[in-house]
Amino acid sequence: MNADRSTSRRSYLCRTLVLLAATFAAHAAFAEGPQSTPSIFAPAGTPAASIFDLSLFVIAITGGIFVVVAGLLTYAIVRYRHKKGDEKSEPAQVYGSTQIELAWTVVPVLIVVVLFLTTARLIFAIQDAPRPKKTLDVTVIGHQFWWEFHYPKLGIVTANELHIPVSSNQQPQAVFLKLYSADVDHSFWVPQLAGKTDLIPNNENVMWMDAKHPGLYVGQCAQFCGVEHAKMLLRVYADTPEEFAAWVKNQQQAAVVDPQVEAGRELFARQSCMNCHTIKGTPATGHYGPDLTHLMSRETIAAGAAPNTPAAMKEWIRDPDSVKPGALMPAMHLTDGQIDQLVAYLETLH
Amino acid sequence: MADSALPAPGTIGGAIDVTPHHKAPGTFLETLHSWVVTVDHKKLGIMYVLYALVFLLVGGVEALCIRIQLGRPENHFLSPEVYNRFFTMHGTTMVFLMGMPMLVGFMNYLVPLMIGARDMAFPRLNAFSFWMTAFGGLMLYYSFIGGSGLYAAGNAPDVGWFAYAPLTARAFSPGHSTDYWTVSLLVSGVGTIGAAVNVIATVFCMRCKGMTMMRLPLFAWLSVVTSALILMAIPPLTAAQVMLMIDRYLGGHFFDTLAGGSALMWMHFFWIFGHPEVYILVMPAFAVANEVIPVFSRKPIFGYPAMVAASVGIAFVSLGVWAHHMFTVGMTSVGNAFFALSTMIVGIPTGIKIFNWLATMWGGKIRFATPMLYMTAFLFQFLMAGLTGIMLSVAPWNWQLHNSYFVVAHFHYVLVGAILFALMGGICYWYPKVTGRMLDEKLGKWGFWLLVIGFHMTFDFMHIPGLLGMPRQIYTYEAGRGWDTWNLIVSIGAFVQAAAVLLFAYNLLVSYFRGEVAGNDPWDAWTLEWATSSPPPEYNFVADPVVTSRRPLWDMKHPEDPDWKYE
Repeated sequence: MNADRSTSRRSYLCRTLVLLAATFAAHAAFAEGPQSTPSIFAPAGTPAASIFDLSLFVIAITGGIFVVVAGLLTYAIVRYRHKKGDEKSEPAQVYGSTQIELAWTVVPVLIVVVLFLTTARLIFAIQDAPRPKKTLDVTVIGHQFWWEFHYPKLGIVTANELHIPVSSNQQPQAVFLKLYSADVDHSFWVPQLAGKTDLIPNNENVMWMDAKHPGLYVGQCAQFCGVEHAKMLLRVYADTPEEFAAWVKNQQQAAVVDPQVEAGRELFARQSCMNCHTIKGTPATGHYGPDLTHLMSRETIAAGAAPNTPAAMKEWIRDPDSVKPGALMPAMHLTDGQIDQLVAYLETLH
Repeated sequence: MADSALPAPGTIGGAIDVTPHHKAPGTFLETLHSWVVTVDHKKLGIMYVLYALVFLLVGGVEALCIRIQLGRPENHFLSPEVYNRFFTMHGTTMVFLMGMPMLVGFMNYLVPLMIGARDMAFPRLNAFSFWMTAFGGLMLYYSFIGGSGLYAAGNAPDVGWFAYAPLTARAFSPGHSTDYWTVSLLVSGVGTIGAAVNVIATVFCMRCKGMTMMRLPLFAWLSVVTSALILMAIPPLTAAQVMLMIDRYLGGHFFDTLAGGSALMWMHFFWIFGHPEVYILVMPAFAVANEVIPVFSRKPIFGYPAMVAASVGIAFVSLGVWAHHMFTVGMTSVGNAFFALSTMIVGIPTGIKIFNWLATMWGGKIRFATPMLYMTAFLFQFLMAGLTGIMLSVAPWNWQLHNSYFVVAHFHYVLVGAILFALMGGICYWYPKVTGRMLDEKLGKWGFWLLVIGFHMTFDFMHIPGLLGMPRQIYTYEAGRGWDTWNLIVSIGAFVQAAAVLLFAYNLLVSYFRGEVAGNDPWDAWTLEWATSSPPPEYNFVADPVVTSRRPLWDMKHPEDPDWKYE
């Protein structure tokens, strides 16, 4: 009776587990590109997909162990619980058994061997992957609380929103990132594309990724880096080759000069803005904040903390702390008129 | 209950104290004085455990604030600054001011009683260690007032409990909050080392006649293993703290990356402390399970030598796994493979332990009193925690899971699901010995089931946002991420747990005054602490006991079938 109950419990667990695995698998198979929830079980890039496959294998093994051991435990609890009349005598006193103990030492050893070999295989496959001829190189520099991206071969500098060309079977396109930090530790994590790698000051790290579907992949800093760690968001846009070429062409231009917003541009140069921000083609060459040459080509400001709208930008300039408390950009105590002029100028920087 | 049924005093019977204890209670000041100046291992043990319970409540309140903040997206309950202080203090408190003192308290109270000694080897060192630990904790909390100096607003440490460099450098952490963190851990570390030296000396030198190392109760064995790990793990932390202070105040550049220092070196120093630390915390949980499971299954522990070997094995391997906290820092592929393997190997001796506990229960007559309920939950939850640990050891998968809420769920499964459950079970088990009164069984069971429900609501569901890409240590998150519902369930579970802990604390308090009188041996147990009266007199045993097996009280109760015939 008791044995039956525990068997049925075990088979129920088995079925649940299979269902769970199937759900994950279906999830992955149908994951058509980027999602608003950056699930590691919805991979859209090569490293993330191979990690996902390995994770299913590990879930199957650990799930099997759980079913067996928890099943035995449940059986023991039900079968050997104290019953009426038990207090009259003690059960048989058993001190151990070398054979049994050897058996349950050998089985875990075998499981560890299998797990280790599959793990090691993937470590080498991802970390030591041969570098294809055609890659896009990007240098990523982590700052308290934003991302700086350099495309050394293309002469582009931008921030927070990384554009990469999509990778297809006909045109495989791997992106190799060199990771540095300007201040404290950060970590680059876009779950649907690849595992994370840390950005450590005084240290160079490398990782690679690719994106199989076009669209926006979200992620964020994954190593606590100070007050606004939570709002150090990361956006990776996988563009079609045409879109990417157009984006590159635009980014390589100097900043737009629009005489209508001369007042705002002068303000930018006269106030301290230019100490921290660069706008290519103007005297502003600061490096502490994001490059603003093509600010309007980005969808967000403040590392994803606010949308790139005139209203949000005004609020951000008026009082950065109200948008992102603890951000390092200071409030410059400008009048409303000055802020309007400044934002009008920034709005022209396409 | 069973003490009246004991046979005529034999070798151990002679050790039982039959002197009536009817001392007149002193005035409040006299009582206070006696506790402050005491060098008695039992009083110090009780103070350690109470100290830990107080900080369990404090750290718990911090956890509740964190959970309120994360209950819904874009919440403004806590500012980012306060949130960062709270999770830093929550982690530091639960590891250093709750976990460590609690386990040291258990070892202090129980080891001398279990080995038939009258006190620890160095009673005054013991008192010194307690007060160092206590001052360390108080100093850490003083930072809420004095972190920016008394002239400014309060400012507790806010760099995370592993305080990665260079966030701790003066450039990024001005004021004194990081100094409070550093110095208070240094001070309480001194206390912990003192306690570890004491436990090792006590077990090696103070065992009663007949108690060879292979007749030592497993609790005492694991206390030695824990203490050995403490001696190896705390010094690197202390060294790192000293280096950090040199950086901050004497112009050193150990971790100062702007001047060529190494941020990675801090990680190595911290985790070569931090990983053995996990085993320092979990060994006492194993130790409690090793005592409670046999008594309530009515069988001796299955495979005693294998249990000892597995514990020593875990301790040994645990010294070589630290960089599995660092799979994402850019180690070489060979380095990653090495630490993946060493981490997986820990699973083997751990598996042996779980199987041996299972075999101990197998064929027994298991009495599910509250202590055993806690142990049963411990077994299931520790199994689960071990399996998610294996998942995390798979380095490529770790690149995804590291620093996500999956990791947070995993280590809370270990720290709460395994360690806290085992220690609470241990408190229920030894409470009658310590106070002479039984805990209220009904309240105890309510508390247990409430804790089980709360625990699983919180920490089962906490794995999911991690898999969905939610990093740890963030004070808020966007609404559209698909993390809201999971976080809300987790937050509700946290409050259920809080209710369970309060109920547990209430039970401890009310049973002290109104509990049923326990007698010497309410559980019909087998180790020496149950041979003396409850609570034990200051000198523990009237005469030094003499033992002939691992279960001296079994031999006494079953002279027809004593253990020593089979060992």
